[in-house]
Amino acid sequence: MFLQTLVTGLSIGGIYSLMAVGYSLIFSILSFSNFAHGAVIMLGAYMGMALATKANLGLGLVVAGSVVGAGILSVCNERVAYAVLRRRRAPSLYLMISAMGCSMFLENMVYATIGARFYSFPEFFKRQVIQVGGSSLSLLDLFAFIISMSAIAALHIFITRTKTGIAIRAGVNDMTMCSLMGVNTDRLISIVFFLAGAFAGVAGVFLGIKYLVYPTMGWVTNKAYIAAVIGGLGSLPGAMIGGIILGVLETLVSTYVSSIMRDVFSFSVLIALLICLPNGLLGADTEEKV
Amino acid sequence: MDYYLNIVLLAFINMIAVLGVAVFTGFTGLFSLGHAAFIGIGAYTSGALTYHWNVPFILAILAGMAAAGLSSLVIGVPTLRAKLRSDYFAIAILGFGEALRVCFENLSITNGARGLSLDELSGPVWVSGALVICVFLTRNLLKSRFGTMFMSIREDPVAAEMAGINLFRTRLLSLVVSAMLCGVSGALLAHRLAFIQPVMFTLTQSTQLLASVIAGGMGSVSGPIIISFVFTSLPEALRWLDMWRLPAYGLLLVVIMIYRPQGLMGYREITDLFRRKAQ
Repeated sequence: MFLQTLVTGLSIGGIYSLMAVGYSLIFSILSFSNFAHGAVIMLGAYMGMALATKANLGLGLVVAGSVVGAGILSVCNERVAYAVLRRRRAPSLYLMISAMGCSMFLENMVYATIGARFYSFPEFFKRQVIQVGGSSLSLLDLFAFIISMSAIAALHIFITRTKTGIAIRAGVNDMTMCSLMGVNTDRLISIVFFLAGAFAGVAGVFLGIKYLVYPTMGWVTNKAYIAAVIGGLGSLPGAMIGGIILGVLETLVSTYVSSIMRDVFSFSVLIALLICLPNGLLGADTEEKV
Repeated sequence: MDYYLNIVLLAFINMIAVLGVAVFTGFTGLFSLGHAAFIGIGAYTSGALTYHWNVPFILAILAGMAAAGLSSLVIGVPTLRAKLRSDYFAIAILGFGEALRVCFENLSITNGARGLSLDELSGPVWVSGALVICVFLTRNLLKSRFGTMFMSIREDPVAAEMAGINLFRTRLLSLVVSAMLCGVSGALLAHRLAFIQPVMFTLTQSTQLLASVIAGGMGSVSGPIIISFVFTSLPEALRWLDMWRLPAYGLLLVVIMIYRPQGLMGYREITDLFRRKAQ
């Protein structure tokens, strides 16, 4: 029972991590909360579902399609709604408002065009379980966890080992200096948004498979925000750890205490954390950003 | 006629809440995605008092106001004291609103998700009286030393702190005042609609309040009030466009931020316009 709960928690935590990493990535480079991230996740899930049901693609292609789709959407979002403000050096409040506007627009456009219906993905895993030491583990949960962790590991390698990754880290440190060194910052920011969108796409597909696809599903990102705060806003390893911690704790609470208390619990964690550790687990060490 | 009166009264009630958000977001420059929670607290506190214990309406309104103000301390003290970016506050209050809705849905005193049926107590006199008092008091507050402090924090928190303003206390004051205004609005709303339900106090409502303040002008009292009247009455006139109302609000926020970040009125008031004409 405990092992089973732990694996479920890890898989949810993995999805939270994916969302939190995308959110943290944008936060670290533009230092504003991208409230449109949830809408990108939601549209990623819709794209994945369209590919799965209309084109009958397998899971690999569905994920790939929604990664590219959500990535492009995220870049367009930046170009339309944030680029002008960014160049004008507008206060981050304006960027947040603009992001909120995008989120409202995208979410309600889905309501108005596709409708409020709940959709479910075709079953990729046919509820397969494997027996380990008397407890049955869902294959989907294990798979979701492994995919999330590998995606985050790939991002880590990209950011630490490639030239573009170095440019991103430099941009996080000092955007002006980075641009003086000959980095095309517009392109750099587009890459960051593409990466964040790609992670949102993966998260969206797995959320859709695990639960359902509907217009307000993006509001799970609240949890990603909390996860990012647990790990320290702007820190990528922090976002990953925060996501996993939150996912596991939440699942434990809903299994052993009450599922109603789950959201109240996540929020209380946030408040407790803001009182005791306002910079999060890894946020204090600014040198470790990204 | 009753129909139009009802719309006007609902618009008035909404204006009180918008006034609250204007103090916090417009004048103090902090972003809130959860002011609907304070409306909910005001509505449920006053509703429970009149429903279970037949408390006089005026006391119920005051209790709703006080409860909203106190609950804002729960969220405001930890988040604002850390003197961190306002993002933390926005995220925390988002969670606060969600958690509160779960509580409303599961408590017996609120009658859960089925909602609470109340008496229709807030008539035209109550609503317009409350609006006039709230506008008057808020305007005085904003004209006072505190208003200047709010605005200086909005313009530049670091400079404001250098000038000797206690960021935490001033921001907290602004939050408590805005939550209290939302509480009053909630109490009036509950007894105007004569029915409250947890789903009425969600993010959609918070974003509508925020949209009114931003479209009306951050740093203006009359701008958001005018816009909130338009936002409440326009959907009634354009029923067939109901589906497209929220996407339009979203688009409006983006367009305003790009082309006219100061909103309809900017930092001015409607009275300033008349004054200039008279000269």
